Amino acid sequence: MGDILKLVGQRLGLGLVILLVISIIIFFMVELLPGDIAQAVLGQGATEENLTALRKEMGLDKPAPVRYLQWLSGAVFLDFGNSIVTGEQVSSVIGQRFMNTLFLAAYAAVISVPVAISLGILVALLRNSIFDRVANVLTLTSISSPEFFLGYILILYFAVKWNMFPAIASLSKDMSFGELLNRTFLPALTLVLVVVAHMMRMTRAAIINLLASPYIEMARLKGVPPLKVIVRHALPNAWAPIINVVALNLAYLITGVVLVEVVFVYPGIGQVLVDAVSKRDFPVVQACCLIFAATFILLNLAADVGAILTNPRLRHPK
Amino acid sequence: MSHDKSVLLEIKNLRIEGYSDEKWVDIIKGVDLTLHRGEVMGLIGESGAGKSTIGAGAMGYARDGTRISEGSSIEFDGMELTTATESEKRALRGSRIAYVAQSAAASFNPAHKIIDQHTEAPLQYRLQKRMEAQEDAMDLYKRLRLPNPTEIGFRYPHQVSGGQLQRAMTAMAMSCRPDLIIFDEPTTALDVTTQIEVLAAIRDIVEQFNTAALYITHDLAVVAQMADTIKVLLKGEEVEEASTKEMLDNPKEDYTKSLWAVRSFESPQRHRPKDATPLISLQHVDASYSSGPKILDDVSFDIYEGMTVAVVGESGSGKSTAARVITGLLPPSKGEVLFRGTPFTHDYRNRSKDELRQCQMIYQSADTSLNPKVRISEIIGRPAQFYSGLKGTALKARVDELLDLIELEPSQFYNRYPSELSGGQKQRIGIARALAAEPAFIICDEVTSALDQLVAEGILRLLDRLQNELNLAYMFITHDLATVRSIADEVVVMQQGKVVEQGPKDDMFTPPHHPYTDLLLSSVPEMDPDWLTTLLEERGIENLGDAAAANMSK
Repeated sequence: MGDILKLVGQRLGLGLVILLVISIIIFFMVELLPGDIAQAVLGQGATEENLTALRKEMGLDKPAPVRYLQWLSGAVFLDFGNSIVTGEQVSSVIGQRFMNTLFLAAYAAVISVPVAISLGILVALLRNSIFDRVANVLTLTSISSPEFFLGYILILYFAVKWNMFPAIASLSKDMSFGELLNRTFLPALTLVLVVVAHMMRMTRAAIINLLASPYIEMARLKGVPPLKVIVRHALPNAWAPIINVVALNLAYLITGVVLVEVVFVYPGIGQVLVDAVSKRDFPVVQACCLIFAATFILLNLAADVGAILTNPRLRHPK
Repeated sequence: MSHDKSVLLEIKNLRIEGYSDEKWVDIIKGVDLTLHRGEVMGLIGESGAGKSTIGAGAMGYARDGTRISEGSSIEFDGMELTTATESEKRALRGSRIAYVAQSAAASFNPAHKIIDQHTEAPLQYRLQKRMEAQEDAMDLYKRLRLPNPTEIGFRYPHQVSGGQLQRAMTAMAMSCRPDLIIFDEPTTALDVTTQIEVLAAIRDIVEQFNTAALYITHDLAVVAQMADTIKVLLKGEEVEEASTKEMLDNPKEDYTKSLWAVRSFESPQRHRPKDATPLISLQHVDASYSSGPKILDDVSFDIYEGMTVAVVGESGSGKSTAARVITGLLPPSKGEVLFRGTPFTHDYRNRSKDELRQCQMIYQSADTSLNPKVRISEIIGRPAQFYSGLKGTALKARVDELLDLIELEPSQFYNRYPSELSGGQKQRIGIARALAAEPAFIICDEVTSALDQLVAEGILRLLDRLQNELNLAYMFITHDLATVRSIADEVVVMQQGKVVEQGPKDDMFTPPHHPYTDLLLSSVPEMDPDWLTTLLEERGIENLGDAAAANMSK
């Protein structure tokens, strides 16, 4: 077990280094943007004294590396400074919104991951049958349609024609959990449709890839039924690639939802990001980017660790 | 236990087709086979003879890309398998007919404990409860002489050695006490010293339970120990069948005789020239991979010009590592490699072109050591161009000359790709590629062990001829003592990274030996069908194989 802890520790350390590098990139990219923040805040009518005073107040008169370190030391404690537009703390602007996005991602993940993996197993079992082809075509169709289009189609049928789910996913504080699930069902379904295909196809490919192995033939010659051959003998050895694809898709569920949130007017972090960019609210933009980067790194890290843990050679050293 | 001798398996006119190049071609062309209860039949032939396909066919199983043709009949204990449904056939597999595969390491699922794979079939068929099945497994492990029988099953396959896995697989095949076991080259992947334990264990358990078996192998000496009757196959057809003794004493068909005569080639022994400097000299070499344990420990031996030194030992003894040190792929951590008396640069990256050309390699697997996307002319031409700077017609002439040397017609082979060649031809291309550099010294790493015996013999003769013509020195890495006998001038025996004995070949094959050399020599199966029995009586089961090697290192 010591080896695994060491491996996980190494990956974690590497993740932190990557995050640090990304924070540098984010900060200085924003820095490179043309224009003056003080000017932007005060608008056309600003006098030179006002501008200088504001720059001083915002710390803009200090050199960039110093400001970066200040920003970074704050970010470690989730203090990303104040919004330029509203003056509120960035963390309070983003906090609740990020939780909403996480909720939607979790909702979609809880549906899509089991569905994708069981479908993948099923199409691997019935490979080259009609079912396999139909499943392939359907999932490919859903992955290749843009998600806003999918969203509108779902709204058209589920909300407008059949009146089953609300078209707009507005949230209020005193909603019951059931109602919450009901209101967010359509955006979650849209996301599910987008990510299922990728995971399903990877599961199928990873399993089929193993079916030529001698130990699969051995299992068949032991009289093991086909479904059990796949679930018990192929799947445990196929986890590593599957986990990686699942992690990538989960990351997408968090960072790629902007369009879906806009379509369903869902109060998530994507909407905040879009607003912040259009209003040049840089502290918010920086914070969002950093959160997205951290999500990506964390999920990939989890995938790495998961892939390591499914390898019996590493779990049970000689 | 009843020793019923009724017919168990009757195969009539078995034809199996394989799909290749968009059409179905016959792989098995009408083979008949009758096996009685408790009888062991050896199926023997070269690769491509269809032995394994018949073995799988006896279970009513056609591998992916093959099918059993109409008109074939496979009758197992009164049940016709060619017309049985998939689930009927499945009900037989594992319970009444079991299979033991060539590579146990690849045929055990890495994700599950050995004992869980063992008990899978008994649980599937509800023959035993889990605890009973596990106890039975431990009992079988004990009968097969596995160390720690109560504990070994709870390990994962990668935690157990190859020979032990092969025995565990035999135990697994026994789990439902089948009537028939198909052994598909069960010892081919093992070292000789390990093989002997597995052979003894298999023979013992088959006798104990009066199980019938089809024993598939290409090794005549092995089949002679195991089988009651032998069937010889060639390209999907039966050549002849007879009782083991009959078959060994007077084979009828020419093909069988040629198989029997394989080990006849022996090159005359050369002796070291007096007062000459060795071509290659390893002096007190230590080596290890990235600060791991020492793989080579104080290794010294000399190779003289125009001579063949065979380096023998089991897998893991450091044979290939010694070769890597000489070629500079693995710089030694201590000691020196001398070339004609002057130190050879340690790391190949720092060697001059002239140093590099002196020492070339031929690999075990010609399949993987030739780039499949490159034509023969380029495979051989590139080193000729690189080392000798040949271009245009001179280069073409040189490639033709090399192809002539390896007895392949230049006009036919010049433009072919490796996939269009047979195994033996590919290995010849590997030889030509090594010769293209005009080396003084070639390392042959198990060059014949992936080849059929007749083909291997051809390669050995070729290497011997080239040696005489070009005054080459060979370092011949092998675990096959028959190869040593036929081609070596001197022998170096390695065990656990140390040289345990070295000397001229004639001395090596005459006693007294170092105990390890003795163990190696005595473990090589002989054509005599009583060889294993006699050996077991002489040495006792405790003094064989890994157990004996372990005793030695204590």
